Amino acid sequence: MAEEKFEFTSKAKKTLSILAIVGIVLFGLGTYFASTADHSEEGGHAEEMHDGAIMSDGNDGAHVTEDADQDHFEGAEHTEAGHGGEHAGNPSWLKRIYANLWINNMYFVGLALLGVFFVAIQYVTQAGWSAALIRIPMSFGNWLPIGLILTLAIFFFGGHDIFHWTHDYLYDVNDPEYDSIIAGKQGYLNTPFFVARMVVYFVVWFLMFRWIRKKSLEEDLNGGESYFFKLRGISAGFIVFFAVTSSTSAWDWVLSIDTHWFSTMFGWYVFASWWVTALAAITLITVILKENGYLKIVNTGVLHDLGKFVFAFSIFWTYIWFSQFMLIYYSNIPEETVYFIERLSSDHYSIVFFVNLILNFFFPFLVFMPRDSKRHTVFLKIVTIIVLIGHWFDFYLMVTPGVMKENGGFGLLEIGMAIVFGVAFLFVALTGLSKYPLVAKNHPMIKEAEHHHVF
Amino acid sequence: MESGKNFIVGIFDDESVLLSAVKKVRGSDVKIHECYTPYPVHGLDDELGYKRSRISIAAFMFGITGTCLAFLMMIYMMGIDWPMIIGGKDHIAIPSFVPVGFEVTVLLSALGMVGTFFVISNLKPYGKPRIYDIRSTDDKHVMAIDLAKNSKSSDELNAILKDSGAVEINEKKF
Repeated sequence: MAEEKFEFTSKAKKTLSILAIVGIVLFGLGTYFASTADHSEEGGHAEEMHDGAIMSDGNDGAHVTEDADQDHFEGAEHTEAGHGGEHAGNPSWLKRIYANLWINNMYFVGLALLGVFFVAIQYVTQAGWSAALIRIPMSFGNWLPIGLILTLAIFFFGGHDIFHWTHDYLYDVNDPEYDSIIAGKQGYLNTPFFVARMVVYFVVWFLMFRWIRKKSLEEDLNGGESYFFKLRGISAGFIVFFAVTSSTSAWDWVLSIDTHWFSTMFGWYVFASWWVTALAAITLITVILKENGYLKIVNTGVLHDLGKFVFAFSIFWTYIWFSQFMLIYYSNIPEETVYFIERLSSDHYSIVFFVNLILNFFFPFLVFMPRDSKRHTVFLKIVTIIVLIGHWFDFYLMVTPGVMKENGGFGLLEIGMAIVFGVAFLFVALTGLSKYPLVAKNHPMIKEAEHHHVF
Repeated sequence: MESGKNFIVGIFDDESVLLSAVKKVRGSDVKIHECYTPYPVHGLDDELGYKRSRISIAAFMFGITGTCLAFLMMIYMMGIDWPMIIGGKDHIAIPSFVPVGFEVTVLLSALGMVGTFFVISNLKPYGKPRIYDIRSTDDKHVMAIDLAKNSKSSDELNAILKDSGAVEINEKKF
């Protein structure tokens, strides 16, 4: 078999650069609009606060017992008012940028991580069908070191805006803003441990990824089955580590934004969202490469299976989504329902809430249900792009309401930044992909992949 | 079955002979009624020119019927016939109907598919299955040709089957 290598042409690079510039311009415009809107609304803010005061006055009389609870939930807002002078609370547009950085960062770190997870799953299950395209998800892992730098940087610059629990006064019994609930979580949620965990996750993920890639490339040169079994072992180790850290990282990076709230489904929820995103990205890149004359070895049966994967895990995501929503809805415990009330009572978020469901469940479910749509590249491209956009909104909905409260927005700023991140990710992944052969030609099951047949 | 259908039944020893025989027989303008094999033969469907089964469409229809019936049932019971407040929710609380709706969808879809399969396979109670040759459940591959659907005479068909490698040719009447 002739060695096939992906060439990251200067034309492709140029297209991506133009896209990046468009993204930066949109982002700049969005930031400008957001900051000017901020200034002109300064008067409006005062009014809003006044309204809030009136409302809580009304509550005071009616529900004396609930008031304590209410205070906890509104702790964040009180804090901003109380410590506004002390911390020089960042303006709304800057918070919005931090929130968006965090959304995109989480989204693409997940994409990189779940790409490696896909590779590991294929080796552990000794899957033959995917042998020819295994290098595509493998190239996602190249983003992990950049992900670590970005995560650390955003945390150090915007940590106080994104994570309410990072404020020291919450843990000081003598401070009027002392929060006994958050203080109770201090054993786990404190900055040194948080950063240490973050670094450990990334370093281990990255080293495991490097190890897998090294063995896979050695297999290209030398052949033989020993590499396959070695890779299976490493992958099993990775999956064990991933099983724990995918949940804990989801708690750390996403769940802790809404510090008071908790959900035992959350680790799975973030995993499901990441996993569908990664599957959609793998499918989309495979289809596009195939259309550009690469990966002749990948036949329609393999594309069909990738389509089935996206279809199945879109349903899995919905199942997790519903399990989380339904139990909270049904048990109706204030500590838990506050999360959904925050998202459903706001006009802005409630639209995103339903858009999220439509893009990530109804659309892929109905379009991918017939067999033929999973075998045609046009449908594969449309659905995977929609799913990729949909899961960005999923992360938007997880992060923004916690950071921005009811002031979240969606506009050029969000679109521009997502484009910039997407281009950067593609640049890193495709550069990685172009460095080694596109097809793992000595993979022991490459023949099986070549003749993969799906009914 | 009093219709008195006549079939020419070719018996084959080997699946590869059967596959090439199917190609040959169809090539000489003969309509094959059906092939019976002791185990699934890879590629036989393609050689026989079968279109993909439409059972998935039936499954979807049964499924969506199940969804509608389940929601109608719950809305009628919980909202109209005997309204009850459960957990402080509305009488018609759609989110809490979803699990039941899902289960009924799966149930009707599965039962409907099995039922459809039984009907199209003629597997009904007291139905008499057509057995072209009992050995097709053991070690022989069987090809059945409906005489009425072919213009060729039984002698011609015999010759074609013999030519394509049948070890035995019988006539069967139902």
